[in-house]
Amino acid sequence: MIAFLALLVTGGEILISHPRFYWGETGNSGTAALFTLDIPASRGTVPTGYDYVMPDQNGWSRALHFEAAWVLVLTGLVYLAWGLGTAYFRKSLWPARGERSWGAVRAVLKKTLGRGRPDEEESRTYNVVQRVTYLLVIFGLFPLVIWTGLAMSPAFDSAVPAAVNWLGGRQTARTLHFFVSGFLVLFLVVHVTMIVRAGFWTRVKGMITGRVAPGEGV
Amino acid sequence: MSEITRRRMVTMGLGAAAAGVAGLATASRLARRYGLIPPDGGTLYGAGETLTYAAQRLLTRHSLAREFPRSMISKAPFANAVAPPGENFKRHLAAGFADWRLTVDGMVSRPGSFSLADLKSLPAHSQITEVACEEGWSYIAEWIGTPLKNVLDAVGVLPQARYVVYFSIEPDWWESVDMADALHPQTFLTLGMNDGELPVKFGGPLRLRVSRQLAYKSVKYITRMTVTDSLKGFGKGLGSASPEAGYAWYAGI
Repeated sequence: MIAFLALLVTGGEILISHPRFYWGETGNSGTAALFTLDIPASRGTVPTGYDYVMPDQNGWSRALHFEAAWVLVLTGLVYLAWGLGTAYFRKSLWPARGERSWGAVRAVLKKTLGRGRPDEEESRTYNVVQRVTYLLVIFGLFPLVIWTGLAMSPAFDSAVPAAVNWLGGRQTARTLHFFVSGFLVLFLVVHVTMIVRAGFWTRVKGMITGRVAPGEGV
Repeated sequence: MSEITRRRMVTMGLGAAAAGVAGLATASRLARRYGLIPPDGGTLYGAGETLTYAAQRLLTRHSLAREFPRSMISKAPFANAVAPPGENFKRHLAAGFADWRLTVDGMVSRPGSFSLADLKSLPAHSQITEVACEEGWSYIAEWIGTPLKNVLDAVGVLPQARYVVYFSIEPDWWESVDMADALHPQTFLTLGMNDGELPVKFGGPLRLRVSRQLAYKSVKYITRMTVTDSLKGFGKGLGSASPEAGYAWYAGI
């Protein structure tokens, strides 16, 4: 969580040094952008339409970004090993047999959107929407954000050219990295909102100890 | 899932962390022995820098930067802003760089000084590679020059050498690379770009192109090089000017 927030803040700072995005292999201030963010840059050479140049925080931001990435990746590997070793992904995240239908998804959405706090049963297990979302985040978004990030490393690309070539080029990797990070932030916001709705401290206690006292989950 | 397994996971995590700390001391000794600690490894973000540098040295010691077809050469290469040229550079510019020299000293058996003509007489190579700036932008160009290795071979690098430090004619602009990058076939003393002379705004008359690292390692207007076994005596001892300004010494990421 700390590593993710560090990555988010520093990623934003790095982005500010060149808030223009491109598609393909190359792109710079002399070429047309795919799209630009309407903010001033922290470098004077970037045409932003603003006279103002933001304070440059690129140096420490890059260092912390990569350090936090290491923490996230190493923690993630431990989590993956644990999840596979204990069959956690199969038992607790793969949608239960009776729930693999659009009807089940609709039922969950109706129940969640229409009513206040989740009931006793929901505090002990994940519903089908949660399960599918978590699987997409764990096996989709996180691998993608790591891949697109690595694809921007010139040394890594020299060893594994396919990492960037398959994506369609360095600038495509950068643009995808931005969007995938955006989806991860969206997940985080919704996730935290749902936790707050379900009772913040109860849930955080549950996450750490794995225990939900009877009656506490409601 | 049962509460026992999750509790056990937390306990096991703490156990693993303790084992990790113990292992770290051993790892650090091994890493030092095999040259996997960057010169700025002791700074605030040194742990991340060290992991990155060590991983890349184990993974990419000999790998080649991607080369591109001629058709992908950027029509709009972008020359980043540089500080206004100093008096020294202006004098050389006015003289058409006729007296530009590159001196190479330090841990070498035959310290030398090379004119641009000397460098041009060495075997010339070209590479079509991408320049990627740490800000995020990039372009592809053809770079023409002689691999640094040819010059290092000419001066005879001593076996204990570990780094090559290189200086721009402009003050406080210097970098260094380890021998893996110094002897790499795509590390060029660059004299030409896209079939012409290397333009001043792209680093002419002489730029060291380090193709597997971000562009800030490719210092413009090179006049001096020193081969060394330790970076302690240079600047603040962090390896180059970049870490002194908060940037990573190793920019291969």
